[in-house]
Amino acid sequence: MTGPLGKDLLGLADLSAEQIRLILDTAVPFKEISERQIKKVPTLRGMTIVNLFFENSTRTRVSFEFAEKRLSADTVNVAASTSSVSKGETLVDTARNLEAMRIDMVVIRHPASGAPRFLAERIDSNVINAGDGTHEHPTQGLLDLLTLRDHLGDLTGRRICIVGDVLHSRVARSNIYGLQKLGAEVAVCGPRSLLPNAVHELGVQVFDRIEAAIEWAEALNVLRLQLERMQAGYIPSLREYNRVFGVTSARLERASRDLLILHPGPMNRGVEIDSDVADGPHSVILHQVTNGVAVRMAVLYLLAGGRPDLADAAKGGRS
Amino acid sequence: MPKPTTLLDARAMDRTLRRMADEIVELFGGTDDVVVVGIERRGVQLADRIVALIAKQEGVTVARGALDITLYRDDLQTVGPRPVVGRTQLPLTLDGKRVVIVDDVLYTGRTIRAALDELADFGRPARIALAVLVDRGGRELPIHADVVGRAVDVAPGQRVDVMLAEVDERDAVILADRDAA
Repeated sequence: MTGPLGKDLLGLADLSAEQIRLILDTAVPFKEISERQIKKVPTLRGMTIVNLFFENSTRTRVSFEFAEKRLSADTVNVAASTSSVSKGETLVDTARNLEAMRIDMVVIRHPASGAPRFLAERIDSNVINAGDGTHEHPTQGLLDLLTLRDHLGDLTGRRICIVGDVLHSRVARSNIYGLQKLGAEVAVCGPRSLLPNAVHELGVQVFDRIEAAIEWAEALNVLRLQLERMQAGYIPSLREYNRVFGVTSARLERASRDLLILHPGPMNRGVEIDSDVADGPHSVILHQVTNGVAVRMAVLYLLAGGRPDLADAAKGGRS
Repeated sequence: MPKPTTLLDARAMDRTLRRMADEIVELFGGTDDVVVVGIERRGVQLADRIVALIAKQEGVTVARGALDITLYRDDLQTVGPRPVVGRTQLPLTLDGKRVVIVDDVLYTGRTIRAALDELADFGRPARIALAVLVDRGGRELPIHADVVGRAVDVAPGQRVDVMLAEVDERDAVILADRDAA
């Protein structure tokens, strides 16, 4: 017996629309816990979760850590730079050593696409993908879906455009899979050098001009432009990127309707997004951050239950 | 096997709830600082009715709260997550309040154990009492109800179904076999 999501959360491509809706519906009551004076429920008491981060990420790690702690799990953070990984240990050896200390879940962030799946197939603990290479970042996709749903209601037929470096973005991929499963229309907009060659195979519309995307969309998910893309020659300069693809209030004011503005952070103000947009009335960027904790609590909760080995242990006198 | 029997029909339920509302006011010696907290789901509707009945009798509308104890259960890892977690709505602090927990059926006592844990996270009430529409016996924990609508000994193979007009389109309490539809 496994829970309603199976053993692991590796990507939104693997989930059904029903499973995605279940996670979003479960996240709603979890928001209330973070508003309490005592922001903690005992649901995952006694579970041990390892946050295994092979890439730096303050925001995602802190969000997972809050989610884990508000459900009363015990957490350990392992950063690759300070661990035995820097001494040459393989991923599986690292995980098996952690499992030998009797852990229940691993939250993994890794620069290589597919690393979480590789791990999930080799260890018994639940594995949650916290971002792998250019593949997926499922909990970011889920928190974007929850934020969009909070503001737009049912996403069927709603028009959402992802703006920027789609080629390298795991956030874009998780968004596209999740939005399409919930029935939304999805478009991407960015310089051709930063869109995948076979972008049409993703089933999305493509806008070459940000003005056209703004005219079409009800919400923009503005991706972070990694500054090293300029050194690698994908774009001529940050200033030119801002001039052609920047989401500015002047461009938004010309649109016939108000657009919801999302950004997964961290923002490069003045590059992909202007400050008066990021801080403006239609920005839901901080709402995304709040929802991130609730969505991650929902995922942890739904993965934690229904494990036969633990059920047997419970019958042995724990309850 | 016995046929389903009706323990309470709509009129009997109404009478029972009126008596329970009176007993709650008597128990607390008034309505000051009283908070009526229903447990999701049908306890919430029962709490609403009790608050309305107290308002009618006493002319005072006492505070009402709702509690979803799913996240405080002790069986997540054995039975798995419940499909959808409900909402908890309580006054920000329960310090010094007189709380009466309202639920439809009292059986093992595990739900009430979880409810007590959750209430403790919202403060330190002066007193917590328990009011249930049906006490069916079969306790697994040292928990008892202060106000009981109807006490009945029910065998483990049977179940008590509480139906409320707000959710089930009619008021009734029915005793049925566990595997009956």
